[in-house]
Amino acid sequence: MAHDINISGLQKSYQNKSVLGPLDLALEAGTITAIIGRSGCGKTTLLRCLGGLEQPSKGSITIGDGHLAARDIGYVFQEPRLMPWLTVEKNAWFGLAHASSSERRQAAVEALGVVGLTHAAKLLPKELSGGMAQRVSLARALAPRPEVLLLDEPFSALDPFTREQMQEHLLHLHRHYGATMVLITHDMDEALALAHRVIVLSGPPGIVAGDFVTNLSKPADRTSARFFEWKRKLTELLSNRSSEPEALSDDFTRRRTA
Amino acid sequence: MPLLLLGLWQGAAAEGLVSPAILPSPVLVMNTLLAMAQSGEMAQAVGATALRMLLGFSLGVAAATVLGGLCGASRQARALIDPLIQALRSVPSLAWVPLFILWLGIFEASKITLVAVGVFFPVYLNLVSGIANVDRKLLEVGRIHGYSPLRRLMRIQIPAALPSYVVGLRSGLGLGWMFVAAAELLGATNGLGFILDDGEQTGRPERVLAALLLFGLCGKITDWVLALGGRRLVSWQDIDVARGANG
Repeated sequence: MAHDINISGLQKSYQNKSVLGPLDLALEAGTITAIIGRSGCGKTTLLRCLGGLEQPSKGSITIGDGHLAARDIGYVFQEPRLMPWLTVEKNAWFGLAHASSSERRQAAVEALGVVGLTHAAKLLPKELSGGMAQRVSLARALAPRPEVLLLDEPFSALDPFTREQMQEHLLHLHRHYGATMVLITHDMDEALALAHRVIVLSGPPGIVAGDFVTNLSKPADRTSARFFEWKRKLTELLSNRSSEPEALSDDFTRRRTA
Repeated sequence: MPLLLLGLWQGAAAEGLVSPAILPSPVLVMNTLLAMAQSGEMAQAVGATALRMLLGFSLGVAAATVLGGLCGASRQARALIDPLIQALRSVPSLAWVPLFILWLGIFEASKITLVAVGVFFPVYLNLVSGIANVDRKLLEVGRIHGYSPLRRLMRIQIPAALPSYVVGLRSGLGLGWMFVAAAELLGATNGLGFILDDGEQTGRPERVLAALLLFGLCGKITDWVLALGGRRLVSWQDIDVARGANG
């Protein structure tokens, strides 16, 4: 069962310099939430706090009932971060160290199948293209069947064609696994195409500048007028040309604006 | 280049430009090697030296691997052990000889220990630096998946440190041959170092040169074997093989 995520009064500072928060967010179980914002606004810091890679300076994060095993959270980094000495298959089961070998193999085969890399199971990372390597990192995050999947600009280094393919993969995965997903991205097309909810961060320190449920179909039709209208509004918000999200048309559901 | 030098050497010896008591001709050196091979002296000497080398190298590598792994993985262990090792490193290795002879006697144990000391430091230093410098990003992958510090060490840090470890092994091997020669020169009744000493004492430079050639050959062969094994061990590295440090 997917978990909801509750963020309460979250703040992060480095050497007394605040980089994030205060943030209060409740992310529903089983949804995809995109977090967008300019470079340095604290998006990645927020995700690292969610993944336990950073300790919040203040506030708290509760995922599900708060009793999580490591395998309940999957994390896809901006770069693949594959272990270069392991084959694709062994990288895919890297998150299943505690499982039996048959369980690991089965989970890796399944996860590689989902990302379309069954044929590459015996290859080493150095033999993969950038897109393939990132798909392996996605398989690694998925193999333990996490309840929460955190994605930090996972497709930013890919060419537009591969990126779109990977986005389709991600939606397929969401349908397949139903995990709660939090996606950090610079790419508004990506945010609108994939996410049920888009949160705009401004900063630093990163605070919520806009919080919307898009109600676009998944995958979203990127040529539709509604898609373009959303994109225009988000662009305005990000470029600070519009500080009044209330101006959004009635077609859009606005959840909360900080 | 080696052939050119050999030609020049033979030419100088044939023309009598250099006294045979200083530099005997390559032909004489080859004849000496053949005689040593036929009498069994070569096999006996190479065997004795190689055995000392093997035991000393194994001991040095084992100690360096255990201590290097510990210091690389644990800050507390590094704070406790590393300063002492660094202090010992600054003592010239040959300066240990009198103490080893006092403690372990003049026979095999002191020679093997001296080789082990020579091998220890490069292996230890490369392993510690290899483990300590593992990419933080890879370690974070382990953290995300709930790896314990021990599992991170075994599954991430040690494999990632292998290229550096292999470099350390090769440096240690080179130093090991140097120290086995020194140990045998300081007092041995067999081995290649003994032939070096014997050649000097009896005024037979062809024996000295023959022993040097055998030392060089042994060093080259063992380095080649280690390089080959090392290359297999780190074949996953995405480097230009022609320029690779482990090639």
